[in-house]
Amino acid sequence: MKKLNIVVLAKQVPDTRHVGKDAMNADGTINRAALPAIFNPEDLNALEQALRLKDMCPGSTITMLTMGPERAKEIVREGMFRGADGGYLLTDRLFAGADTLATSYAISTAIRKIGEYDIIIGGRQAIDGDTAQVGPQVAEKLGLPQVTYVEEILSLDNDTITVKRAITGGIETVQAPLPVVLTVNGSAAPCRPRNAKLVMGKKNADVTAWSVADVNADPSKCGLAGSPTKVKKIENISFQAKESKVFSASDQDIQALMTELINNHTIG
Amino acid sequence: MNWYNESPEIKLRLQHPLMQRVAELKERNYADADKFDYAPTDFADAMDNYDKVLEIVGDICENTIAPNSEGVDKTGPKCQDGRVTYAPGTAQNLQICNQAGLSAVEMPRRLGGLNLPVTVFCAISEMVSRADAGFQNVWGLQSCAGTIYEFGTEEQRQKFIPRICAGQTMSMDLTEPDAGSDLQNVMLKATFDEQENCWRLNGVKRFITNGDSDIHLVLARSEEGTHDGRGLSMFIYDKRDGGVNVRRIEDKMGIHGSPTCELVFSNAKAELCGSRKLGLIKYVMSLMNSARLGIATQSVGISDAAWHEALSYAQERQQFGKPIIQMPAVSEMISRIKAKLEANRSLLYETAVSVDIYKALEDIARERTLTPEERQECKRYSRIADALTPLSKGMSSEYANQNAYDCIQVHGGSGFMRDYLCERLYRDARITSIYEGTTQLQVVAAIRYVTTHVYTQLVQDILQQPVADELSAFVPRINAMTELLEKSIELVSEAKDQEYLDFHARRLVEMAANSVMSALLLRDASRNPELLRNSLSIYVDYAEAETIRNSAFIEKSSVEAAKAYSC
Repeated sequence: MKKLNIVVLAKQVPDTRHVGKDAMNADGTINRAALPAIFNPEDLNALEQALRLKDMCPGSTITMLTMGPERAKEIVREGMFRGADGGYLLTDRLFAGADTLATSYAISTAIRKIGEYDIIIGGRQAIDGDTAQVGPQVAEKLGLPQVTYVEEILSLDNDTITVKRAITGGIETVQAPLPVVLTVNGSAAPCRPRNAKLVMGKKNADVTAWSVADVNADPSKCGLAGSPTKVKKIENISFQAKESKVFSASDQDIQALMTELINNHTIG
Repeated sequence: MNWYNESPEIKLRLQHPLMQRVAELKERNYADADKFDYAPTDFADAMDNYDKVLEIVGDICENTIAPNSEGVDKTGPKCQDGRVTYAPGTAQNLQICNQAGLSAVEMPRRLGGLNLPVTVFCAISEMVSRADAGFQNVWGLQSCAGTIYEFGTEEQRQKFIPRICAGQTMSMDLTEPDAGSDLQNVMLKATFDEQENCWRLNGVKRFITNGDSDIHLVLARSEEGTHDGRGLSMFIYDKRDGGVNVRRIEDKMGIHGSPTCELVFSNAKAELCGSRKLGLIKYVMSLMNSARLGIATQSVGISDAAWHEALSYAQERQQFGKPIIQMPAVSEMISRIKAKLEANRSLLYETAVSVDIYKALEDIARERTLTPEERQECKRYSRIADALTPLSKGMSSEYANQNAYDCIQVHGGSGFMRDYLCERLYRDARITSIYEGTTQLQVVAAIRYVTTHVYTQLVQDILQQPVADELSAFVPRINAMTELLEKSIELVSEAKDQEYLDFHARRLVEMAANSVMSALLLRDASRNPELLRNSLSIYVDYAEAETIRNSAFIEKSSVEAAKAYSC
């Protein structure tokens, strides 16, 4: 089996699944202090696919790549606790405030710096922004084929990878040449747990931090400066319980409900 | 969310004053640090490692094993064509535990283990048992690797232990249809096959937990014509060699995740483990002590589950316009579950720490001669461990049953329905006071330490240590309990009648246990009064009343009156 160089893209995100009352600041921005920082869930699904590839092709190397503040080194170590070999953190004030375009630019420069890569794999999207744009943009910037919505990597044959991807109403099996960018769905296999030996052995592992200069990035394309996306306004949305309607089980009422749902385009 | 991080009570027990000694012995002064990147460099690093492993366990228990437990209980394992298939949830639990590297964790690093102390193993097992007591059997049996390590040859260690550390499962095949509590009757026949230069096993074993495991420890009769324990030897059977089939699995009341098998040995190839004839009298006795500590831990885990279930139900369930936890009759039940749980925990970890010290010293003695001080230390803790193990097993399993009963009571009618976890806890708890020696047999093992005043001495030693000022009022109360115990021992001993002693043995052992647990809980509570003050107070109230009740019974009793009880 070919020994692969796999790069796993992962992001540290606020845990938006456990949002409390103080999750938003009065000005409408996210109160990061109130939300624990976690490994983006779909990136864990991606890591599992990478680890399975490594099981399939012994001798392969998994490199974690993340961008964020100093504490995002935890993401690289978390990857190592589950079987990744090492990784890098992109961190620089100049990277801050990046939208998806500036993020994918920064990540692509780091991947070029890593140099050798056969598979770049990340989660479909992060739970803080929910854009699902970074993976595809990285592929574009590196000029690589991409497969999105990956459910499972089925096999690897020379330089061709076969993957199962989810599509509306079914599953599609596709092949792609290496190197390739894959983005993985949350419905893919969950990530294996931390391994006791790895946690004890890697708990103090050094994580290399790269600045804008380290990856030879153009500062004008990074961070806020490189982000065409402008946030106009952030609003707190409160769901309001509207007055409920009661329908009986009669044919007439069911017919009325169906007509209403079709008319307001909820179904149909 | 993580069970371990939410359990300061477990963390406190791991801060036992003797842990530093345990770690330094187990780690041979941290000599492995040069050879393995996951070996600790000093005590603080060792404690941090234990913490990190327990965090993994807390996560797996909460997010995998506990959610799987209901399905496992309903589905159970299947037996077909002589082989057992685990319930899907059990198989997944095993896979996750293996991926996390949590198999046979006490084994040394050179054989693939994590070199964890028994004390840390207990903390792991406690959480696993809270999540699914049946799974604890399947997973916990991997620690039978300890028997191969202690009594096998270096070749056998190298052959089997790395496989177990990598996730292969184990079983200990002792019981037979006519040899339950009385293992001297074991009939499974071991004969030496001169041609193949190996042993062959023939016969039937019954009630074998996880009986279709990868590697079995088998007690068999190697000495033809013998009829007692001295004719029995210990063997290792490797499933890869074949020759053992599962005839059926039992349909049990509880611990459904754990397959209980009837095994047929047909000329199965096996290796002798240790010396001939020492199978029962030495190896099983040692194995049994670890197994009993395992059941004590399992019981504590069930009690912990019962406490969590009772508490959360009573906080949510509203009757008469308020949560039922506000009713004194309900809150008393819940706080007593917690108090008994904490008393059991203090005893469990005291036992575990003692086992750690003497086992580590015994292991060091395999490498070099112990100093006279070390020999003394080894002897002292070995004796404490021997005295505390049956007490811990007996009392934790009895309390687990009581706690599971009270947990259902808190749930009222809903608790009788299959919809709530408490009914499974009740069924799972029931076996703990039976297997690995019934409570009655734990009493037989413990009574000699009662009459030789070992427990009394232990309590007095503990009470002489400083306690937190605010808890000092408990010292005279516990002292008074041991005085009642001593008085009762004297009354029973005066009769000079073995049957009379046997008759009161359970009462005396329970009195001793009440004092020992009160003293240990007081010592633990002194290190964090806020965490354990209430449990200590409730437990001492309970233990004191129990002691008075038992002593009154003994005081009114006589050899003559006791005869009424022989049916």
